[in-house]
Amino acid sequence: MTATTAAVEDPEAGPPGPHDDDRIPGKFPPPRGTWRSQLHRWDVRYSPYAFVAPFFLFFAAFGLFPLLYTGWASLHRVELTAPDRMTWVGLHHYARLLSSPFFWNALCNTLTIGLLATVPQLLMALGLAQLLHYRLRAATFWRVALLTPYATSVAAATLVFVLLYGRDYGMVNWALETVGFGPVDWQSGTWSSQIAVSSIVVWRWTGYNALIYLAAMQAVPDELYESAALDGASRGQQFLHITVPVLRPTILFTVAVSAIGATQLFGEPLLFGGAAGQKGGASHQFQTLGLYLYEQGWFDFHLGRASAVAWTMFLILLLIAAGQQAVARRLRRGR
Amino acid sequence: MPSRTRTRTSAHRAGRQLHGGPFAYAVLVLFAAGSLFPLLWTAVAASHDNTRLARTPPPFWFGGNLGRNLRTAWADAGLGPALGNTLLVAGSIALGTVLFCTVAGYAFAKLRFRFRGPLLALVIGTMMVPPQLGVVPLFMITARLGWTDRLPAVVMPTLVSAFGVFFMRQYLVEALPTELIEAARVDGANSLRIVRHIVLPVARPAMAVLGMLSFVQAWNDFFWPVIALTQENPTVQVALTGLGRGYVPDQAVVMAGALLGTLPLLLVFAVFGRQIVGGIMRGAVKG
Repeated sequence: MTATTAAVEDPEAGPPGPHDDDRIPGKFPPPRGTWRSQLHRWDVRYSPYAFVAPFFLFFAAFGLFPLLYTGWASLHRVELTAPDRMTWVGLHHYARLLSSPFFWNALCNTLTIGLLATVPQLLMALGLAQLLHYRLRAATFWRVALLTPYATSVAAATLVFVLLYGRDYGMVNWALETVGFGPVDWQSGTWSSQIAVSSIVVWRWTGYNALIYLAAMQAVPDELYESAALDGASRGQQFLHITVPVLRPTILFTVAVSAIGATQLFGEPLLFGGAAGQKGGASHQFQTLGLYLYEQGWFDFHLGRASAVAWTMFLILLLIAAGQQAVARRLRRGR
Repeated sequence: MPSRTRTRTSAHRAGRQLHGGPFAYAVLVLFAAGSLFPLLWTAVAASHDNTRLARTPPPFWFGGNLGRNLRTAWADAGLGPALGNTLLVAGSIALGTVLFCTVAGYAFAKLRFRFRGPLLALVIGTMMVPPQLGVVPLFMITARLGWTDRLPAVVMPTLVSAFGVFFMRQYLVEALPTELIEAARVDGANSLRIVRHIVLPVARPAMAVLGMLSFVQAWNDFFWPVIALTQENPTVQVALTGLGRGYVPDQAVVMAGALLGTLPLLLVFAVFGRQIVGGIMRGAVKG
């Protein structure tokens, strides 16, 4: 017993260490410049960098560096079988892209599928958000139900839609035939296949965008609607003249995000194409830029060409971003 | 004009107070059904067999083969190991994202340091850059590190997210009182103590939401896993791609595979749907 108390009291009996400074106030005033206050100062000054360092390290290694190095690789001949051997070819891959009908085909397909997927999606999302904004029974249920497609992976969703869009036994054609329309070949037709692929995107993302619009609507002050209702504005008029103008920045944001997503479209057309999905259909009718990149790199084994496609996509993205900025600036000035 | 307002009985209370009419419910029922139908039909198709799916009209109700098809998908089509891999991958990514983004978000929200503004601008600026533009060098890097066809190849590049940093920063700017941190500093607490005992408890609700969002995203990540992994060691999405390419000719088994790959997330949604909806909406307002 005595031994343990002695052990506990021992440090206080000994010469005052740095830890004792604050326990005995006044007796040993903490001198400025000791290693402890120095440590404290370093901690305050450098810990923020330590906190942001992991993010920026990972981001630099796996985000920024690959993005920039893609530009460098696009100026070289690099083959999948020997990715370490790079031969300088200058702008050869870009010249080849611009003269390739498959590239222009993929670019056009990306644009049309992008429009077919984005425009109806955002319009429906806007309408749905207005409905969700009403006071509803089981409000959470509707929101979660509309968001469920977002939880479904591209792969799982596309596999189901492939069956639903089957030419001979699919449910869509069965339904069309019962109301008197001929069967549509959703696989080989150009427009039909692009509509089918777009519909998968629309299905997965409409609810998500509706929630984003809903969030923006809830930030609109109720008085605006109240005074409009007093002035006799109908629900439709309120929607057009209050909701849409207030939501403009949000709409612009979702347009930009959807446009960026559309340029990257990959999984839906890949799986919709079945066994040779990277081609985007037998006559490349729904091959997107993403698929074209994949085909060049991992089926034709030309990583350099794939990099050139990637940087072209990056360029398109910068154009979209610049367009969004320009529109946003004009909106701000117009107000 | 009291008479005019009184005639508009449904619109006399405006904005959020407005009750949904029958039309609103009808449209919502339609869209909810459209959202849920493909998932429900996945289960229906997975409960039949290939010959039944090659007949019109297509089946509308469950058949008796669900168990057999699920077993075939689990064992023969390799969905079992793929699910294990995906759980590991998505779990690690969610953990890493939450940890790294919380401390970085805290630094951006409450601490002073040089280059804070430019660095935050960099985070926001890269939020919209799709990572798949860098796949070629990423592929070279992982090959050189010896990660070809191994799970680190899909975990490491996705371990942090610019959105996550921004999301946590926006939350902590408001939720974390600066005086609390200053008081702890005066009491001599070091940075790690402050993070552990003040920041993390305050950040917990947002961390949970970010964790769920990252988990869902990692579970469904497609482009990079399809390039980085093969059917030897797949995630669920890679295995489903194999099914889609016709490695298994039986469509009912393919549907059973799609069902197996989706069910875990549907369970997460059934339990945490409200929180996920709230998280997406919160991220939207600030974004």
